[in-house]
Amino acid sequence: MRALAWHGKHDVRVDTVDDPEIVNPRDCIIKVTATAICGSDLHLYDGYIPTMQAGDILGHEFMGEVVEVGTKSTLKKGQKVVVPFTIACGSCYHCGKHQYSACDNGLPADNQDIAQELYGQPMAGLFGYSHMTGGYAGGQAEYVRVPFSDVGPIVIPDGVEDEKVLFLSDILPTGWMAAENAQIEPGDTVAVWGCGPVGLFAVQSAFLMGAERVIAIDHFPHRLELAKKFGAETINYEESAVYEALMVMTGGIGPDAVIDSVGLEAHGFFVDNVLDQIKASTFLGTDRAHSIRQAIIACRKGGRVSMPAVYGGFIDKFPLGALMEKGLTLKTGQTHVQHYMPALLNAIMEGKIDTTFLISHRMDLEDAPKGYDMFKNNQNEVTKVVLKPGFN
Amino acid sequence: MHDTKPHGDDAPPSTWKKRDAFAESGIPDGRGGSLVARAVTINRPVSEVFAYFRDFTNLPTFMENVERIDILDNKRSHWVVKAPAGKTVEWDAVVIEEASDRLIAWASEPGADVANSGQVEFRDAGARGTVVTATIAYDPPAGIVGKLIAKMFQREPAIQARRDLRRFKQLMETGEIATAAMNRKQHEEELA
Repeated sequence: MRALAWHGKHDVRVDTVDDPEIVNPRDCIIKVTATAICGSDLHLYDGYIPTMQAGDILGHEFMGEVVEVGTKSTLKKGQKVVVPFTIACGSCYHCGKHQYSACDNGLPADNQDIAQELYGQPMAGLFGYSHMTGGYAGGQAEYVRVPFSDVGPIVIPDGVEDEKVLFLSDILPTGWMAAENAQIEPGDTVAVWGCGPVGLFAVQSAFLMGAERVIAIDHFPHRLELAKKFGAETINYEESAVYEALMVMTGGIGPDAVIDSVGLEAHGFFVDNVLDQIKASTFLGTDRAHSIRQAIIACRKGGRVSMPAVYGGFIDKFPLGALMEKGLTLKTGQTHVQHYMPALLNAIMEGKIDTTFLISHRMDLEDAPKGYDMFKNNQNEVTKVVLKPGFN
Repeated sequence: MHDTKPHGDDAPPSTWKKRDAFAESGIPDGRGGSLVARAVTINRPVSEVFAYFRDFTNLPTFMENVERIDILDNKRSHWVVKAPAGKTVEWDAVVIEEASDRLIAWASEPGADVANSGQVEFRDAGARGTVVTATIAYDPPAGIVGKLIAKMFQREPAIQARRDLRRFKQLMETGEIATAAMNRKQHEEELA
């Protein structure tokens, strides 16, 4: 089959590789019909994620048609499914509590060591995102082996366009969980840092959960325009002082809840000792962590801090004092995708949530390297690239 | 020197910073100077977990380096373990203590290539399932033999035990052992 493989920094190629097969009883194989490039894929592209190996197939936002099933899969050939980016077993204690991203069994045993050392306990597996998240081949390919297919993929009703449901795989549930973690009450003012896909979905979700006002913060004019379309007020942090603006806009109180979705394109797991040199240059530098500091300082007393933004290691100068003294609540975590999919599919079918506005570019899987280049170099206009095998 | 229990807390002997752990460990017939303990909670009933483990012929399914276990009688088994260059090392192990749904303790018999002993405890954890705690004592050999043994295990027994327990948990909870292999050929290479 054809698949987008990582070969090194800024070097991704569409290669011909072996087709995937059923390996375990609960597996299925899907023929990919649509897959997206995620902001977090850019960190792989930029060579910032350790434990990548040449030839690794990328992609964790994908959907397709079931073409083969293992003996214990509950899917049927021909069904259209969207696949969660988190690989979770559905049988362990954490899956039982719907904490799917904390699944005990999604990672192969040998791949659990790094996270165990770094975080204390290993997390779920991820598709197409380095070997410390399992080394699973990703979805920017013609075919994918999907483990635990009886609990992960959600079946899409016939006749629904791929583009309407593709983002159930990651960014829509992630934006929704970000808003849920903000514990929004009717009448709240919610501030959202970052208007990437997750931030924009968090804006929509916050309104659906009863927020009276949402204030979106970014520096890309086009992305702020999109936030405005959903009813958000905006602050361009290159044009205005964010804390001062928020305080005036909220009558000196501060937002009731704050959502930091700046780093959230990164589902990355950063091993600081491996990445010290990167931290020194750009990626984990102080600007990145600035959004969470700013959010905590701006948040009203007794308010809620939601952090979908991914932080993999340690940050400096974390305002722990403000968190404690103001009595804030902090909620965070990788998305429990499987938990949110059914309700969000309904919301899409009922027209309550629109996801297609995000897609700025559509191209053939064969053109994926061009898609990466465009996405990296023009984040203002390129909001989302969707790849379709056989599109041309 | 600590010739008595060094402190009064409830931490397992294998985690003591200052210790003469063996004397306190409660491991029958402990040998050598190294002791590792690993615990895992398995979301299945204790009777099921114990029964699967007690049938030693099941162990190679999740113990990566164990090629085969032959049952000699109810207490004794013959272990064939992978070594470099397609070779194997072998020993006989005897169950020296057993309590249904609670405990299996073993020791290698004289003449073993790698002297080892240990115990696996099973504890009913109610809604959480079963806590399985493996404590293994082994004699880290010195010199050339030591290097061979390290190669044979491919990695430290402490890490090996942790990974084996994770695979055991995966098998009991999900019915399969997680793998990132894309196809059966890759999977066979992984297992080889």
